[in-house]
Parts: sequence; C-alpha cells; structure tokens
Amino acid sequence: MTVLDIRDLTVRFATHDGEVAAVSNVSLSIAKGECLGIVGESGSGKSQTFLAAMGLLAPNGRATGEVNFSGMNLLTAGEKALNSVRGNKVSMIFQDPMTSLTPHMKVGRQLAEVLVRHRGLSAADARAQSIAMLKRVQIPEAERRFEAYPHELSGGLRQRVMIAMALLCAPELIIADEPTTALDVTVQAQILDLIRIAKDETNAAIVLITHDLGVVAGLADRVAVMYAGRIVEVGDVRQIFKAPQHPYTKGLLACTPRLDDETGGALLTIPGQPPNLQRLPPGCAFNPRCAYVMERCLRERPALLPDAAGGLSACFLTNAQGAP
Amino acid sequence: MWSYFAKRVAIGVPTLWAIITVCFFLMRLTPGGPFDAEAPVPADILVNLRARYHLDDPLWRQYLDYLVGLLHGDFGPSFKYRDFNVTGLIAQGLPVSLQNGFSALLLAIVIGVPLGIFAALAQNTRRDYIVSAAAMTGIVIPNFVMGQVLILVFGVWLKDSVFHLPAGGWDDGAFPNRILPVFCLALPYIAYLVRITRGSMIEAMRANYVRTARAKGLPFRLVVMRHALNSALIPVVTFLGPATAFLLTGSMVVETIFQIPGIGRYFVQGALNRDYTLVMGVTILSAALIIAMNLLVDIIYSLLDPRVRYNEARS
Repeated sequence: MTVLDIRDLTVRFATHDGEVAAVSNVSLSIAKGECLGIVGESGSGKSQTFLAAMGLLAPNGRATGEVNFSGMNLLTAGEKALNSVRGNKVSMIFQDPMTSLTPHMKVGRQLAEVLVRHRGLSAADARAQSIAMLKRVQIPEAERRFEAYPHELSGGLRQRVMIAMALLCAPELIIADEPTTALDVTVQAQILDLIRIAKDETNAAIVLITHDLGVVAGLADRVAVMYAGRIVEVGDVRQIFKAPQHPYTKGLLACTPRLDDETGGALLTIPGQPPNLQRLPPGCAFNPRCAYVMERCLRERPALLPDAAGGLSACFLTNAQGAP
Repeated sequence: MWSYFAKRVAIGVPTLWAIITVCFFLMRLTPGGPFDAEAPVPADILVNLRARYHLDDPLWRQYLDYLVGLLHGDFGPSFKYRDFNVTGLIAQGLPVSLQNGFSALLLAIVIGVPLGIFAALAQNTRRDYIVSAAAMTGIVIPNFVMGQVLILVFGVWLKDSVFHLPAGGWDDGAFPNRILPVFCLALPYIAYLVRITRGSMIEAMRANYVRTARAKGLPFRLVVMRHALNSALIPVVTFLGPATAFLLTGSMVVETIFQIPGIGRYFVQGALNRDYTLVMGVTILSAALIIAMNLLVDIIYSLLDPRVRYNEARS
C-alpha cells in the first residue's frame, strides 16, 4: 500500500539570476513500512523534493506536480490541512540537531506542544507521554532532560530528541533528512540503530535522505539516486550496490572508501564539479563527467526506464530507449 | 545572576568616573569661557566673577572640588543661569523630558515592532514594500523638518477643525500639547524599529528551528510568536538600549521647535555658553542612563535566550 506518492514534482526557485529548477519531474512512491533511501550530492534536489512535498519550501520556491498522501494532494492543500498532516501523520527529522531545536525553549515544551496540538492532550499528559518517548529513544535521565534547554544537551542527545519528537504521534511516514551527517561516527551508528528500531516497532515508512551510501546500505529497502534535480536510478538496495546501472551510481560507489581497500589508498573521485543548476548542459546533465558519454547524450536527455537489473535508470546505455 | 548584576554595577562606577574626568578636562581645554559674551565684561567684574566660581584655583583643585561636590549630590552652580544650580535646572526639566521620552518610546515600540513583523512576514510583497518605503521615509526626514510640517498641518491648516493641536508650548503638560512633540520624537524611532524588526524577523524565519516548528504542524501564528520572535527581538533590544537613553534625556531640536521646558536644550546651550557645570551635569546624567540601559539590555538578553545566562555563569 502506498503511503506517499509523488508525481512529476518540479520545484523552481526565483533568484536574482532568474529561475532555477532544483527538482525536475521527480516521481516516487513510498510503500507502507518501507525505507526508501534518497542519495545524491549537495544540490541534487534530494532535500528540496521532500521539503516541497511537506509545503516547507523557502518563500521564493514554487512546486508543481502532485504529492498524494491519504487521498489529498499536499501541494494544493491549504495551510490548515497541511498542519494536520505535518508532525502528526508525517514527521521530519532534520540534519543539524544543533540548530534544529528552538534555543530559547526547553526541550520538553518543544515535545509537548506537538501532543497538545495534534492529540489535544493536557499539559500533564503531554509531559508524561513526552518523557516516555524520551525514554524510548534511550535518553538517560529523561525527566531531567525534559527540563533542559537544547544547548545543555550533546549533539547525539539532541538528535534523539528530534527523533522522539518525530515519533510522538506515531506517524505513517518519517522523513529523515541527513539525520546523521552532523554527528560523530560512533553517535551516527547509535542514531541509525534507533531509526531502525523505530521503523521495526512502528511500521512507519521512512524516507532517508543522505549522501552517505553506508547509511543507505544499512537501512534502506530501496534506493533512489538523484543528480541535478532528477532521479537517475531507482532500485532495490541490493541491486544498487551489487549491480549499479547508471554511470553516476557506479561512480558514487567507486568513490566510497573501504576499510578492506586493496588499491593502496588512492581515493577515487568522479571527475569534474557538481553541476550548476542554472547552466546545465544540453542532453543528459551528467554528460560532462560521464566516462561513457556518447554523441547522443549531448543532444537528448534519457528517460527513466526499466533496465536489465530490474530497476529504473535514466541512461541510454542501460535501457533500450529507441536504440539509435 | 545577582553577582553578575552587582559586578556590572560595580564596573559602571569607574566608567562613569572616566567619563566625568575626560569631560571635565575637555570642557576646560575648549577655548573661551563662561563669561565671554559679545559685550566684554569689565575687567574688575570679571576678576570677581572668576573668584566667585573658583576659576582661578589650579585646575586639579577645581577638579577635586567638583568630584567632592558630586559625591554630596551637588552638581555645582550654573555659570549662566544666575541663582540656579545645575541640580535645580535638571530637576525642573528632567520630568518633562522623561515624560515625553517615555511616551515616544512606548509609541515607537507599539507601532514599530508589530509593523516590522508584519513587513517581514509579507517579505517582497506589496505590503512589505509600502511599509519599508514608509520606514525609509521616516528615517530620512530630519525631525526639524518633520516638526515644522506637523505644526503647519495640525497647528495652522487644521486650525478650525477638531484635529487642531497647539503648535507649541507646554501648558503644564496638557494632553493636546504633548501629542505633536511626542509624535515628532517617536517617528524616526518607529522607522528604525520597523527596519530592524523586519530584518531580524526575516532572518529568524529562516532559522532551522523555525522550519522544525513548521514541520511539527504548528499554526503559523504560533510558529512566529513562540519560536521565531525571541531571537528576532535581540537586535531590537540592542537598538532600544541606547535609544531609550537618548529619548529620555530629551531632544534639543524637538524641545526647541515645540517650546518645551525639558533638558534637551541644555546640551547645546550649555556647550555654547561654556556653562561648565551644566554640561557636566547633563553629560553625567546621560552617561549614567546609557550605562543603566546597557545593563538592562543584557538582562533582557538573558530572558530572550537562555544561552546568555549559561555563558555568563562560565566566564
């Protein structure tokens, strides 16, 4: 059963240098209980896709397309309808726990206000449930932490608070936008464990936005790879890691440093720069950096179509789209 | 908290002393003296005058005498206003300037801050442009021009209507006499507050935690008032600290235009007349006010942002 269905989502930002399309024609669906990993470099549009879906774009951003969630299109829904979904049926965990909690409010109040808003709980009940949730995300001395300000907690604890906040209303979907990026490696592992436990216990669908392939490998069922605002490959997590189809996915995997490295330590990179969204090359956006670039790639943009490995990819080499 | 407060007050004393010292000697270094009028005072009278005001004592002696006087709450006699001492002059004018200043301050906050928030939330729309343009206009119009315009409109053109307001005078603080000067005093501050509040609110609305609050499904009004407002008010409070000190000590321009018996005019008249003690008196008064306001600003910071308390406990 599909929880969230994104159809042909395009996000444009009005800037001083004209309009920029941060996300172009993205279609994705997330099934109940599924964990979908979204992978891409900075600026690939992975965060903006889901901020747009939740109506949280910056004021200069406009989204077109459809985002269907429990029978309504979130892109056209009013603020009131959106607010009944946000934090309630769909919750978000953000990248930087240092700045994502309101500095002048005690942690407890920030948790409790979610329950007061969506569940109509009394202050006392909201407090009790919030503390119970802090315990569930393994925050020691939860009662004391409930009364703490965010700056009195470590980064790891703050991210646990963010996760507790996301779980309060037992959402159907949790969007985790780079949940571990700002954390120490050891803390990262703990937070990922916590997300895994939350997923198993609540059967919520999870969207895991990250540039860290290791995070995706450990948690995701399915992976979508984004480049320059478009999805270039989607597939089962095993397939993506064992048999990546798109040259960009291959490149990303080749760049991942490994502990059992046999090549002698040279860190591979994809040549060239991440694309400038305002000056994309004609044809396939990846063509300036692609090792397999053909003459056709400079003229035409490949569509996202089924490939031999069983997923979808957008490359002339991996699927037979009107062979030249 | 209290030890911090006590420490700040204790630091204020030497600060004030340094200001008094610098100001005292600067005044004496300035060419001319209190008895240089256009028509020269006869020599033997001048000798008597200088003796009367101890101007022939060595400077360090005068300085020490002045400090001792201050410690007894005596700001000395005015050099210009015969039969008045500085304490008396200030005691007479200060209540008037304080009342006008407080009214203007209140008016500026009540109008400026909400308008700034309004403009910020409507950023880059027509409503924002109108408010911002009005604020810019308010900043660039000097109050000696605004004062005359107000008098022309409400004192002259509307003379026979219900909107007529006195063009000047104090009339022992009658309400209609206060309206124009208070408004004239408040206008530039309203304009500054709009601009500062707008800027800091736009900044605050971009914060990650505001996005978090919105992602929690809180109504927009609650996101603004509960999550964004506190940090948006910090630059506003920073501005209001010294602004309050300036407003409360009166404005020479506004008090002159509207013929109000406050202390604002003493700043300029005192300096022009080389009325040493009067200048010292108003300088000490405004310096003390500024020091007090800065302390108040720091206390308000700690109420707006708990991290301020934390840092000071560690330092």
